Amino acid sequence: MSAHTHDDHSHAHEPGFVRKYIFSTDHKWIGIQYGFTALVFLFFGFCLVMLMRWQLAYPGVPFPVEFLNKWLGEARMPGGVMAPEFYNQLGAMHGTIMIFLGVVPLAVGAFGNYLVPLQVGAQDMAFPKLNMASYWVYFIGGVVMMVSFFVPGGAAQSGWTSYSPLANITVPGGAELWGRLLTGQSLWLVGMVFLITSSLLGSVNIIVTIVQLRAPGLTWMRLPFLVWAQLVTSFLLLLAFPPLEAAGILQLMDRLAGTSFFLPSGLVVSGKELVASGGGSALLWQHLFWFLAHPEVYVLILPALGIVGEVIANNTRKPLWGYKSLVYSAIFLGFMSFIVWAHHMFLTGMGTTINAFFQTTTMIISVPSIVILTAMILSLWGGSIRFTVPMLFALAFLPMFGIGGLTGLPLGLATSDIHLHDTYYVIGHFHYVVAPGTLFALFAGIYHWFPKVTGRKMNETLGKVHFWVSLLAINGVFLPMFVQGLAGVSRRLYDGGTIYLHAQDVLVLNKVMSHSAWLLGAAQVVFIINFFWTLWAGKKAENDNPWEATTLEWATPTPPPHGNFAQIPAVYRGPYEYSVPGAKRDFTPQHLPQEA
Amino acid sequence: MSAEIVIPYNDTERPDTGLYNAKLGVWLFLASEVMLFGALFSSYILLRVSADRWENGAEILNVPLATLNTMVLIASSVTMVLSWAALKAKNFPRYRLCMGLTFLAGVGFLIIKTLEYGAKFEHGIRPADSTFMAIYFTMTGLHALHVIGGMIVNGYLLGPGAKMWFTEPRRFTNRIEVAGLYWHFVDLVWIFLFPTLYLLPGK
Repeated sequence: MSAHTHDDHSHAHEPGFVRKYIFSTDHKWIGIQYGFTALVFLFFGFCLVMLMRWQLAYPGVPFPVEFLNKWLGEARMPGGVMAPEFYNQLGAMHGTIMIFLGVVPLAVGAFGNYLVPLQVGAQDMAFPKLNMASYWVYFIGGVVMMVSFFVPGGAAQSGWTSYSPLANITVPGGAELWGRLLTGQSLWLVGMVFLITSSLLGSVNIIVTIVQLRAPGLTWMRLPFLVWAQLVTSFLLLLAFPPLEAAGILQLMDRLAGTSFFLPSGLVVSGKELVASGGGSALLWQHLFWFLAHPEVYVLILPALGIVGEVIANNTRKPLWGYKSLVYSAIFLGFMSFIVWAHHMFLTGMGTTINAFFQTTTMIISVPSIVILTAMILSLWGGSIRFTVPMLFALAFLPMFGIGGLTGLPLGLATSDIHLHDTYYVIGHFHYVVAPGTLFALFAGIYHWFPKVTGRKMNETLGKVHFWVSLLAINGVFLPMFVQGLAGVSRRLYDGGTIYLHAQDVLVLNKVMSHSAWLLGAAQVVFIINFFWTLWAGKKAENDNPWEATTLEWATPTPPPHGNFAQIPAVYRGPYEYSVPGAKRDFTPQHLPQEA
Repeated sequence: MSAEIVIPYNDTERPDTGLYNAKLGVWLFLASEVMLFGALFSSYILLRVSADRWENGAEILNVPLATLNTMVLIASSVTMVLSWAALKAKNFPRYRLCMGLTFLAGVGFLIIKTLEYGAKFEHGIRPADSTFMAIYFTMTGLHALHVIGGMIVNGYLLGPGAKMWFTEPRRFTNRIEVAGLYWHFVDLVWIFLFPTLYLLPGK
């Protein structure tokens, strides 16, 4: 908070290495820290699932990479074959890492931090030190999650949803408090409390920055759509995460202090009655968990929609179609996302009345999503589209998110959900939203803003290889899941369904999916090479605004210096004034007074 | 190039929103705190409604001590407002007095709470005994953590943080207001906890 006094110091001499690169308070560097950490976690989380896919495609066959088997050890990979417990750990941690350590920190932590102050014309976030704290709390949460792989019994293995009572009783960890704490599930809960705290601090910061630090003339309806998306996202993080924190505390009490918040009376585990006071409710966990986790879906998708909006407007050289309906839809989406959570729980026996309510709200929430997607698609109409790499990713996002959204409708209806619940269909559905949906949008964002962040443009050819191989492979992974799911294959089978009669016809798809996943992994290597090669030797961006964009972040020097703007810009117009009739150029930046 | 960054609206209101940054920040933070305790109160309701039996709080818990604690906490909220008012009136010594009293009240609350917890443990009463005891210890424990958090902030503003009064009095006054909003919230949570846990009859 006392940034003032610190700056008095730093005037005399440059801040030291630690304050500049490790405990930096500069929103841009924090954004880069978030982005880099999140990308590492994303790749790690993806590696976990690539390992799982071997067991699914070739159940019982030893994993062919000898040194990895040796490194993982006999407990995890006895004879090179994955132990069921280890399979469960990989599954639970894949979900946790991808969502809480990967996509959210990248979408909100990195893009929100880096772009929001720039796009609203501010010198930094409203609370720079709090911003630094958010990153480091996130980092600690990540470390706790990683450490949990190495405690006795391994990492959490009750799914990323940590359903009770399963999560209460898995690897309880003995009688001692310390032993109970050092178990995968307990550390998962501790790690989550850190991650929740981090995103809470971060979202307060983003909201205050948007409300308070908008440049003169930047009225609400002149904000770039990305800023709106980040604003709604931050409100979701702020209000939906605390119930999970409460749930985490209660489950931690169950595991550490022996309470029975989520343990019903008379629970029998492995043939023996569980010694506990009982009287708890397993359903309570699900309510608290999904109260977070459904808004979380929109936390994942809204920043992606924001990025795609920016990239589309810039590359079609047209204003976004229906800007106001996009904004109102995003707000309505945010509001509705708080009252749809129990559509994840149709099969828990809540009763048909409650089911009817939640399936109705679920159908309603699809309306604003479709409005947004339609507006984006209509924005393409009549544009002179530049097929740059970011635009390719943004264009692919539209149908991919469309598939993800539309396949969600049968899951949102209580009747059809009975058949589809907990099958691979569900996995296919939400991965279409998050992987070729959100992740493609995030890639679009990385390619799009790379020249602003580093001053260099990423290589087009490598980018196109990355895009086309990823697009092909990712559909190879997720499209067959719908087929398996409709055939009734459960999502939680260690052997991919080999022992089930009804799965025999679709078993071959396991191999298709696994090989596609490995191909997808190879495509990401192209991205990594491109990323680092560009950093060292990539083509320099020709000027501060290489994409000829209109929003404020392109009005800064490249890369933006400490304090961003030499002078706080004044804003004269909306965010997407492309191809204005009579204008000299096909883009009219927000900060320039009317050109003659 | 090291342009000096001064975040605007740190100590003055932005005209079109009528807020300074920290005030908006703390209201947002409190909104999330409402969701945190709201989730716990909802859990209380759901667990109680589905339970076969529920303890009578007044029989197990120490109602007189908790009543005293309620008084202490309400008094500390009053002194908190007075400390802010003292700064508005540019009376720094009175600020020190009122803030000191607020801090002491916090200490008093924690001492009484510790006595209560201690008596429970002495009688062998544990969170694992019943859902009622579980939710009692969880909610009052989390509330006590919030009290400690507030006391760390208040202690800082009373001690080393008070230097700011002599350099940026306006900003310091804002800090007291923000800390006060949080302290009132902690007070308010207790005012909900007290009847819910201590006074509601069992079933």
